[in-house]
Amino acid sequence: MSPLSFLDRERTVAGPGFSRWMVPPAALCIHLCIGQVYAFSVFNLPMTRLIGVTAAAPGDWRLTDLGWIFTLAIFFLGVSAAVLGRWVEEGGPRRAMFTAALCFGGGFLISAVGIRLHDIWIIYLGYGVLGGIGLGLGYISPVSTLIKWFPDRPGMATGMAIMGFGGGALIASPLSVWLMSRFSTPTHVGVAQTFVVLGVVYFAFMMVGAAIVRVPAPGWRPAGWNPPARPPKLVTSANVYVYRALRTPQFWLIWCVLCLNVTAGIGVLGQASAMSQQMFPGKVSAVAAAGFVGLMSLFNMAGRFLWASASDFIGRKNTYFCFFLLGTVLYALVPTTGRIGSVGLFVLCFLIIISMYGGGFATVPAYLKDMFGTRYVGAIHGWLITAWSAAGVFGPVLVNYLRAYEVARGVPQADAYNLTMYLMAGLLVVGFFCNLLIKPVHERHHMPAVQAEATVLAQ
Amino acid sequence: MTRQTPAGTRTLHLILAWSLVGLPLLWGVLQTLRNALKLFH
Repeated sequence: MSPLSFLDRERTVAGPGFSRWMVPPAALCIHLCIGQVYAFSVFNLPMTRLIGVTAAAPGDWRLTDLGWIFTLAIFFLGVSAAVLGRWVEEGGPRRAMFTAALCFGGGFLISAVGIRLHDIWIIYLGYGVLGGIGLGLGYISPVSTLIKWFPDRPGMATGMAIMGFGGGALIASPLSVWLMSRFSTPTHVGVAQTFVVLGVVYFAFMMVGAAIVRVPAPGWRPAGWNPPARPPKLVTSANVYVYRALRTPQFWLIWCVLCLNVTAGIGVLGQASAMSQQMFPGKVSAVAAAGFVGLMSLFNMAGRFLWASASDFIGRKNTYFCFFLLGTVLYALVPTTGRIGSVGLFVLCFLIIISMYGGGFATVPAYLKDMFGTRYVGAIHGWLITAWSAAGVFGPVLVNYLRAYEVARGVPQADAYNLTMYLMAGLLVVGFFCNLLIKPVHERHHMPAVQAEATVLAQ
Repeated sequence: MTRQTPAGTRTLHLILAWSLVGLPLLWGVLQTLRNALKLFH
């Protein structure tokens, strides 16, 4: 027997009496760790003075060099989720979580070596490439398992896991700052030691998730639950093979829906602090703006769970209609909040917007399950993550360049975001129509029932 | 030695698993909330 046979899917099939409520903590063990990527920026400034310690010295890295670490990690998140999705789906969640733990924890350890040798290419390779692959594998690994355990509440189940990704940054940011303060000395800033501790802790935490995760036995159903005799029109009981799904208009419409929803949110997420101070000069201080960003992180996290849970009751399509309709109104309202000087209304608008940004991420796995079935939902979700990567480029570029264009035209700083807000509202209108066009997948794309059953039983 | 009933073990596992993820998350939320309150000062 292979020493790694404990990773096999058949070794993870739950026995009788296993509680399905053990699976969300397993998923959270992974997502709380990989959510650290959103807090990576806390290392940027300390890493610009590894040689100078108190201030940047000749030979120290520049912020522009360091920015590539995060970019590479997010790029490899998207690539690995897309390319390795089918391997994750067929190999089972434990193998994927174990590999994600090795890659993500290992990425930190390699990066610590890069800090010691002061070679940024080692960090690009460590956190950027290897860590990024760990991010992608970890992100999609529990999705289909959760959907299979919670056929009655798939939105809530995946919402819990993806909420963890938002929550991971809330833990990592203060933890990293605290660790660096403990390890820093007059001769070094303590980043390498912090990377070692984080690498070991994250590896161990993710391994707990891999150890406790289980897949349901074929044919398992929650006690007292039966699939509805007449499922809603947009919910299929059939399955679509992953590469077949990529050839359907439904996949690309959902891709656009996610991309547009994320573009609108991500663009303002990075600019929230500056925007609040520039739109309300003298009213919002830098400290208050930092508090605003913190509040947005909480709403981003809470929105993932609440909106995804709500989608189980109102339907996935209607949930996205809410995002697009409400988002359009709120974005269009933001310039007015600046004109009337209402900080409270401005904050309220953005908190709701950012909750819907998080909600968009968390609701989409269940949307895919409704359209393409549960068999390859994790792998299809992996391909859909490319919409996030695209939005990660479009969003910030749109906000930054439009603002710069407005300032160059002589528009006052307080009004320089207005055009961007109207453009974001416009993007959400496009998203509304993409969502409107989503219809059930044609039967010709469905896997034959016998084939779908055989692939389940074979694993 | 008394063996726990399967139901008792299951409950214990659930409490341990949810505490493992819930406590760090709660700590992170409280830290963020503390910073967020500066908005209202």
